[in-house]
Amino acid sequence: MARLIALRILQAAPVIVIVSILAFLLINLLPGDPAVVIAGDQASPEAIEAVRHNLGLDRPLIEQLGIWFVHLAHGNFGASLVLNQSVLSAMGERLPVTLSLAGLSIAITLPIGIFAGAIAAYYRQTWIDSFVMTVALIGVSVPAFWIAILSVILFSVILRWFPTSGYVEFSHDPGLWLRSLVLPAVMLSLFQIGFLARMTRSAMLDVLSQDFIRTARSKGLSEWTTVGKHAFRNALILIITAIGILLSTAIGGSVVIEQVFALPGVGRLVVQGILARDYPLVQGVMLIYGFAFVAINLAVDLLYTFADPRVRYD
Amino acid sequence: MASPLVSIDDLTVQFRTDRGWANAVEGVSFDIAEGECVGVVGESGSGKSVTALSILRLHARGAARYSTGAISYAGRDLLQASERDLRRIRGRDIAMVFQDPMSSLNPVLTICDQISESLRLHQGMSRAAARKKAIELLDLVRIPDAARRVDEYPHRLSGGMRQRVMIAIAIACRPRLLIADEPTTALDVTIQAQILELLRDLRAELGMAVMLISHDLGVIAEFARRVIVMYAGRIVEDAPVDVLFQSPRHPYTEGLMASMPALDGGAARLYAIPGRIPDPDETIDGCRFGPRCAHSEPICRTAPPRLIAIADGHRLRCTPRTRAADLT
Repeated sequence: MARLIALRILQAAPVIVIVSILAFLLINLLPGDPAVVIAGDQASPEAIEAVRHNLGLDRPLIEQLGIWFVHLAHGNFGASLVLNQSVLSAMGERLPVTLSLAGLSIAITLPIGIFAGAIAAYYRQTWIDSFVMTVALIGVSVPAFWIAILSVILFSVILRWFPTSGYVEFSHDPGLWLRSLVLPAVMLSLFQIGFLARMTRSAMLDVLSQDFIRTARSKGLSEWTTVGKHAFRNALILIITAIGILLSTAIGGSVVIEQVFALPGVGRLVVQGILARDYPLVQGVMLIYGFAFVAINLAVDLLYTFADPRVRYD
Repeated sequence: MASPLVSIDDLTVQFRTDRGWANAVEGVSFDIAEGECVGVVGESGSGKSVTALSILRLHARGAARYSTGAISYAGRDLLQASERDLRRIRGRDIAMVFQDPMSSLNPVLTICDQISESLRLHQGMSRAAARKKAIELLDLVRIPDAARRVDEYPHRLSGGMRQRVMIAIAIACRPRLLIADEPTTALDVTIQAQILELLRDLRAELGMAVMLISHDLGVIAEFARRVIVMYAGRIVEDAPVDVLFQSPRHPYTEGLMASMPALDGGAARLYAIPGRIPDPDETIDGCRFGPRCAHSEPICRTAPPRLIAIADGHRLRCTPRTRAADLT
């Protein structure tokens, strides 16, 4: 078991290195001379030269890469060109917002998505199934930014249930914190609930037709035990995969949702960074996103071993 | 004679098809006495498993319906019983062993968990007591090193071992009837013999009735005292095993006998009954075996034959042969 975990972490390491190299290359992939682009249209040749020197762009590429890794190893992600602070502290300020949003949205998604999918599978080809699947299809099909804007108009502007935008820190006021996040989190969940419900349904359908479900019934077990224990434990293997994908899409989704609700999270930070051509900032966020993807996949792999004894032993 | 343990009367089971409901089993009636060992034999699609699953109503929901008949057990009709009542009978009074031990056990639950479940449910045992009993049961079905095996997952066991676990699950609550649906079909020949021997010993030890379903007459001959031959959803012959093997009356039974490989048969080509079993929704005038029967007569095509007792404990569904039996 410990060996398996160690192996998985070792396998993740090369991916992290590759992500780091890609983030490093970002600045060199700019069309034209990055120093010129960063310094701006009106810059004097001296100013451009200064930018080039400050960013270390006048050194050979391989040396730049070496410096990049040395800096990363020291937790030095560089300084933002616009924000007047280090990239690390800029991200550190925004990360709690994004984690709150993603966490709340997952907390909404998991129970609803799994329950809806399981119910649809159990009552397959009835109106319950059709209803759940239709709603789920709408959930995965509707663009998040569009439904989010409509929801702001309805719930915030007309009904005034929630603030239209902004974020209140948890330590400041937990009630207001929740109020500022509920609507964005629900909007972020719509796609996820739809996706998870569809995945859960197909996983449960597959399991419910297996022979061991008949064995469970033949023992006199209740439908609740048969479905909730025998079927669900097996479907969990596929559901964990789905949750891994969900967490990954939550990263992308949060960029859009934070933009619509003006939440000061990492997603909004990276959009600002891109618009302001703040390359060190974009590189830093890219790295964080990359690490997050690797961590999610690692977690999914490890969760498999708990869900499926066949993986545990092999 | 004491009243039978289970009595199936005029059972008709229908399956949903593209063209409406088709009879998978039609007008099946037979009794199983306390402690009796009944074999049910027939080709794939003859309705033997459908009949067996009907006793505990284990067909997939919505796919099958029971259009006529009754299955009485302990003074109650199982076809009309509530799900709640039925659950109290399943696994406690009547238990089942299925064909494929590879897929009949839950891959993510331990052996212990899967055996204890019915003990805890029906006998209210504590977790510890159920575990102890599970080890005893594994011993009883002759799984070596039971105390260690009990905590393993099914994928760690061979097919034969898994079928033993299935049997342990089925006999956990000492059922009065054990239904074994092709329990050896998915196993190697040597393992088949061991499993049959185990079933035979357990039957003697626990005094339960066994309904053994197989397409293999050899298996049935070794095991059962009475044999029911099914064809296309109907019983065609029902006789004590020695009578059936010495003088089979139905042409289909004869065909089954002839298609058994004989040990002294040498290199002779195996006999095969020509044609194939009709689909449940196929309409055939008269006898459903008629198109494949070598002894078919004009009367076979006009009226469907009835299942008639031609001797004590011997029933036959064949118009010409029944008449011949009457004349002698």
